[in-house]
Parts: sequence; C-alpha cells; structure tokens
Amino acid sequence: MSGLLATAADVVAIACLLAGAVLCFTAGVGLLRFPDVLSRMHAGTKPQVLGVLLVMVGAAIRLHGWSASWMLLLVAVFQLITAPVSAHMISRVAYRRRHVRRDLLLVDELRDLEGRDSVYRGDEPADAPPEHPARALERSRREDDGRQPS
Amino acid sequence: MTVVAVVAHALLGTGALLTLIRLARGPSLLDRVVATDTLLVIISASLAVTAALERDPTLIPVLVVVSLLAFVGSVSIARYVGGMLIRTTGSEERPR
Repeated sequence: MSGLLATAADVVAIACLLAGAVLCFTAGVGLLRFPDVLSRMHAGTKPQVLGVLLVMVGAAIRLHGWSASWMLLLVAVFQLITAPVSAHMISRVAYRRRHVRRDLLLVDELRDLEGRDSVYRGDEPADAPPEHPARALERSRREDDGRQPS
Repeated sequence: MTVVAVVAHALLGTGALLTLIRLARGPSLLDRVVATDTLLVIISASLAVTAALERDPTLIPVLVVVSLLAFVGSVSIARYVGGMLIRTTGSEERPR
C-alpha cells in the first residue's frame, strides 16, 4: 500500500516537473517569435510564475525533509513577489523609449497623457535611429494621427 | 526515470537555447534584459529538476541565490536604462 502511494506521488511529481519544462520551452519559443518588448515579456513571464511553481511543487514532492521544502517555498514566494516589480519597471522604460509597437496595441491609455508629449533619447532600437529626437517625435505623432483620425 | 530526465532536460535546454538566440539578436537593451531574466529562471528550473530527479537536496540553496540575482539584475538594468533617458522636447519640466 505504501509502495503504491509512493508510486502515485512520483507520478504527480514527474507530471509537475514535465509541465514546468514545457512552460520553459514555450517561453523560449515566444521570446524568439514575438514582435516587441511587451509581448516578449508576456511570453517570458510564464515560466517565471507558473513554471517555477510547478517545478517547485514537483521537487518538494520528490525531496524528503522539511528544510528543502521550506527553501523551495521561499524561492516560489520570492518569484511571486519580484516578478510584478521587475515587469513593471521594464515595461515602463520600454514604453517611454518607444520600444513598443504602437500599431499593434488595441488600447493605449498613456497615449494622450505623458507618452505623447515627450520624447526621450538613449538606447533606440535598431530600426529606429533618430538623429534628431524631435524628428522621431514628429513622425510618431503623424503616424498616430494617421491611424486614429479624431 | 531516465526517459523523464532526458525529456525534461531537452525541453529546458531548447528553451534556454532559444532565449540565448534572443539575447544575441535582440534589437534593444530591454529585449536583452527580458531574455536574461527568462534565462535565469530556466536555469533555476533546470537546477530544481535535477535536484528532484536525483533526490539531491544540496542544490536547493543555489536556487535562492539565482532567483535573488535575477531580480536584482533586471531591476538595476531597468533603473540604469531609465536614467539614460533625456527629455529633449517637453512642455513642462517635472522632477522625477
């Protein structure tokens, strides 16, 4: 009976580990195929939360002893706390630098507020090299107005 | 068990390889930050998979260090890139 229980626990643990590995693989595929920073972040955050949680559950089932389980729980909680913080900071900087494909956005609530009236220069993407930042601002404003005539 | 180990490590290794391709190709610095973050998460997941399949709990403290390192690295690079921003044409100057 206990042998059967151990086998069932092993099966559950291995299913969790394989699901986490599949999520890591999909993160790699999405990171390679998606067009801009925000959608790549969407693809990359999947193993950060669900994949790590599944792998930690599988490892906690497989490993015996409370110290390993507490440490795995610490890693999982730390991922859950820090993933929104880093995603928020990266996406904010990405929007301000216009690394976002704005023609693919359905809702852009920052368009009429801050992102519209300012242009920043710094690490521009390879396909948008503005010598004059103001010229890039003009161009993106024209594109926005052409897209949504109001 | 060997089949499970081979399949899991093949999936994780392929994901890490695709992440490395994005890290090399990514047009901007922020793409590389996202790729590095994902790569560190995949590395910690594969460490946990190895520890679980070998029933070897000595690898577990490394996981804590790697997850801490991923957070500190991505946040500090994001702050650095944000500090490189120079407002060239703005209607009003606001402290930030």
